[in-house]
Amino acid sequence: MNVNNYDTIAAISTPIGEGGISVIRVSGDKAFEKISSIFFKDKSGKNNFDIGSLKSHTIHFGYVFNRGEIIDEAVLSIFKSPHSYTGEDVLEISSHGGVLVTQKVLAAILSLEIRHAEPGEFTKRAFLNSKIDLSQAEAVADLIKSKTDSAHQSSIKQLEGSLSDFVKKTRQDLINLTSLVELELDFAEEDLEFVKKDELKEKILSLIKRIEGIIATYISGKVIREGVNLVIAGQPNSGKSSLFNYLLKTNRAIVSNVEGTTRDYIQENLIINGVLFNLIDTAGLRFSEDEIESEGIKRSYEKITEADLILYLIDASDKEEKINESLAYYNHHIEKEKSILVYTKIDKAEIEKQNEPAISLLKDDSIESLKKLMTEKVTGKGISSGSSDIILTNLRHKVCLENVVASLENSVKTIEDGMTGEFISVDFRNAMKYLGEITGEVTNDEILNNIFANFCIGK
Amino acid sequence: MERYFDIIVVGAGHAGVEASIACAKMGLTVALVTMDLSAIGRMSCNPAIGGTAKGHLVREIDALGGVMGILADKTGIQFKMLNRSKGPAVWSPRCQSDKDLYSLAAAEMVKSFANITLVQDTVQSLKVEEQQSGVFKYSIKGIVTELGSNIQCKSVIITSGTFLNAIMHTGTTQTEGGRAGEKAANGLSDNMLELGFVTGRLKTGTPPRLDINTIDFSKTELQGGDGNPKPFSFRTPLESFPIQRQIDCFLTYTNERTHDVLRTGFEESPMFTGRIKGVGPRYCPSIEDKISRFSEKPRHQIFLEPETLNGETIYMNGFSTSLPLEVQEKAARTITGLENVKIVKKGYAVEYDFFPTHQTNLSLETKLVSGLFLAGQINGTSGYEEAAAQGLIAGINAGLKAAGKEPFILKRSEAYIGVLIDDLINKCPEEPYRMFTSCAEYRLILRQDNADLRLMKYGYELGLLEQTAYDKMTAKKELIHDVMNYFSSNTLTPKEVNEFLKENNSSEITQGEFISNLVRRNEIKLSQLIDKTILKGSNIVQGLVNNPEVLEQIEIELKYKGYIQRQTEQVNNFNKNEEIKIPEDFKYDRLRSLSAEAREKLNSIRPNNIGQAMRIAGVRPSDISALLIYMRG
Repeated sequence: MNVNNYDTIAAISTPIGEGGISVIRVSGDKAFEKISSIFFKDKSGKNNFDIGSLKSHTIHFGYVFNRGEIIDEAVLSIFKSPHSYTGEDVLEISSHGGVLVTQKVLAAILSLEIRHAEPGEFTKRAFLNSKIDLSQAEAVADLIKSKTDSAHQSSIKQLEGSLSDFVKKTRQDLINLTSLVELELDFAEEDLEFVKKDELKEKILSLIKRIEGIIATYISGKVIREGVNLVIAGQPNSGKSSLFNYLLKTNRAIVSNVEGTTRDYIQENLIINGVLFNLIDTAGLRFSEDEIESEGIKRSYEKITEADLILYLIDASDKEEKINESLAYYNHHIEKEKSILVYTKIDKAEIEKQNEPAISLLKDDSIESLKKLMTEKVTGKGISSGSSDIILTNLRHKVCLENVVASLENSVKTIEDGMTGEFISVDFRNAMKYLGEITGEVTNDEILNNIFANFCIGK
Repeated sequence: MERYFDIIVVGAGHAGVEASIACAKMGLTVALVTMDLSAIGRMSCNPAIGGTAKGHLVREIDALGGVMGILADKTGIQFKMLNRSKGPAVWSPRCQSDKDLYSLAAAEMVKSFANITLVQDTVQSLKVEEQQSGVFKYSIKGIVTELGSNIQCKSVIITSGTFLNAIMHTGTTQTEGGRAGEKAANGLSDNMLELGFVTGRLKTGTPPRLDINTIDFSKTELQGGDGNPKPFSFRTPLESFPIQRQIDCFLTYTNERTHDVLRTGFEESPMFTGRIKGVGPRYCPSIEDKISRFSEKPRHQIFLEPETLNGETIYMNGFSTSLPLEVQEKAARTITGLENVKIVKKGYAVEYDFFPTHQTNLSLETKLVSGLFLAGQINGTSGYEEAAAQGLIAGINAGLKAAGKEPFILKRSEAYIGVLIDDLINKCPEEPYRMFTSCAEYRLILRQDNADLRLMKYGYELGLLEQTAYDKMTAKKELIHDVMNYFSSNTLTPKEVNEFLKENNSSEITQGEFISNLVRRNEIKLSQLIDKTILKGSNIVQGLVNNPEVLEQIEIELKYKGYIQRQTEQVNNFNKNEEIKIPEDFKYDRLRSLSAEAREKLNSIRPNNIGQAMRIAGVRPSDISALLIYMRG
């Protein structure tokens, strides 16, 4: 049944907030195997379930563990492929409601090489596995959209709100352009002034530019849905792993005072203020004779270039000379747009750094304000600080906009080839159709209405 | 007195003529009831047929076996292909007609059918029978007329134009009547209201007619027809065309003084004082409307069009008005060339009842009364061509119903007629609907030049189109096919074609090139390519030499291939949704996830398929999803 081989995904399926229970859904062929390692029959943490051997459509009581600690008691429902919503192996963990517990369970699941699902991805899989058709999938997606109300979702919604404003405006521009073209075709005998082809072309090109600007924000939109790749970087011993661990409140990364302890990067998932961060701790940035460590440093550089957000740490307690050296590195090598410069160990520092965020792991509030800054940077204008406040958060929207651009580019070519309006409008119509796919269809009436509203016609 | 006809057609305008002839050709007996036997196929307004998009309709009517194209060819006094400077998809034929000759030709055509009986009378009421089951509340049984006739029938087609409860306005004067000098028809509307129909009010207008002898044409611009006029009908022999003597029209302009004079009449304007409640067409606004809405425009075009070949009246195109006669004349006299003009027939506005089209199916049969069809202005359209197209479809469907067959419905992707009726039913226009090329999504495919290839098969199958016309089309199709094959599989060598390419500023070739690729070049004309190269000698191309229509088709198909392909893809996507049928008795009320507006609209329009449902104003994409999920069960 499940002919499509996809990775295993998980997400909280109930709205985030206070509630009796929350349901976390996991789907994919590794679901049973992976969850078996964190779902235990009793509090001892020794008797874990072998979920794969259990019958489909059964429920089981147990305990969710993460790194040896009980997170919650929960009920597990099992749906074996193909008799599940997605058509894949699916299990649902009903945990106690509440933001913290639920997110802890999710974090435990996400630590098992299970990916956080994109919105609608379960439904998408159901569609891909022929459990439902496309329109059903869309209806489900609409339903989900209208029901969720988490801080995370609403921030996305807000972003989508500006997108639909953008689409509306762009659509109106396109309607105006189409009207100009149609006018010339339908009212051949009228004595009307038509737009010159050069002007028309200029208008289309500026439209294309604007849409491309929006498409360019897509990366950061994706980040919000799939998580922000957060790299903690800085000179050796600037406190990267300490911050990393502090953020996770675990001891997963090895921390020591010896320079170059972190030889590779380590990745963890964490939700801060409703935003999913994929934390990446990197080896210290310096040249090393040690081969293994050099490899680690090389990977650090790669991670830095792939990062959506970089926390660049400078040890404020260090010698001024070393601070300046590190600062110089930051200024030369790190993109300001997507990074935050953080002074660490300020409790030990002599000089106060007032312009940049300064933290001490001994001061919780200093970390809290850093967290705030981090989320602002990714949900606000930070990363995509381009001309608009729109962040494209949905692949389908991006594809639609790309199709709009392609259609408009076709129309430009049509104009350049000296073709007349009815050919130009073929691609205008396509462009409007794609725009319409984001928000709703454009009708022919709109074009005519526009003509009648703006031009004096009629014999 | 009791009589029986298979079909009763009410009204003998452009819709009524097509409807009765279609039914007659399908072998049915027809009673054509008109209030005035001398007004068959009358041109009440503009003495012209065709124009942008409307010309397409006429070509399609012709391909289906209708008569409008033939009548226009017989009586046209100036033919013009509009939009010549644009691509072939939006070329639209138009002609000036001798309105008297047109009406005579229409009457003659109707009378040539032995199974059409003309009845001069006014329909007072419909006779219906209540239905015990099924989707219709009633079924039609016949009509009762003012003169007391009781006519039984299988179907009634109402094409009453502007005559239902019609009121004409000029200045503050109101007169009952559907056209100057003609009375209104008042009983039928009320009778239909009793049956449960709802009516709306629309308005249209007409300009003054001028005395030809009082115009100084030397001060105006001459507007001639095409040097090489083309007939509307695929069936009109080219040898003897044009049939009538060809004439000129003239163009002049209003000016600021004209506008000032017109403004003095505004307080007596039935439009501005609110006496006219009906909604008028925005695309054909009255002159007072134009100057008040677009006050920044210093002048407007006025076309002076002879109404007849030898008559004395000029149609003042662009000057539709319902202002008082004194104002009309005073304003007209400010216009260059019209300084001493006399108005022989004043302009007026007419308000009339129409039946909003949510009450009608795509077959043009009403949802309430089985066997009752509505066509033309009664459905809220304006224009002879729009009326004729509906008349034809209503006639065909009444005929098919009589034979117990499924209705004939053209898709939006097949014909402008399909677009017209689909728009009417799904958009339920609130102002008079006129056909525009921008209404048609797939106009690169729905060209006037290929209407025969698109539609003649239907006309033939329905029994409306003669064998000869059909055979001619089939031969044309085959020839196109053969030549296209030949062109895409045969090459010309550099030696054979380079000299020609050079002469035409087209880049020369270095190795053999497919003929189709050469034709695709913008700067190459197929006729010249044939004429100037060895193609001339080839057997297959010989067939093209005397067949400009085929040559044209091939050239269009090759030159615009990329665009036509893109459009074909659009059509394929469109058709996917058209193929998902919605059961006739689908219970929208059971579907809670539908928005209230969508539920109401779907319930009233009852679309045949998902594609149609998507086009209904007020139905959102999420409603469609819900519908699809529910239908899958």
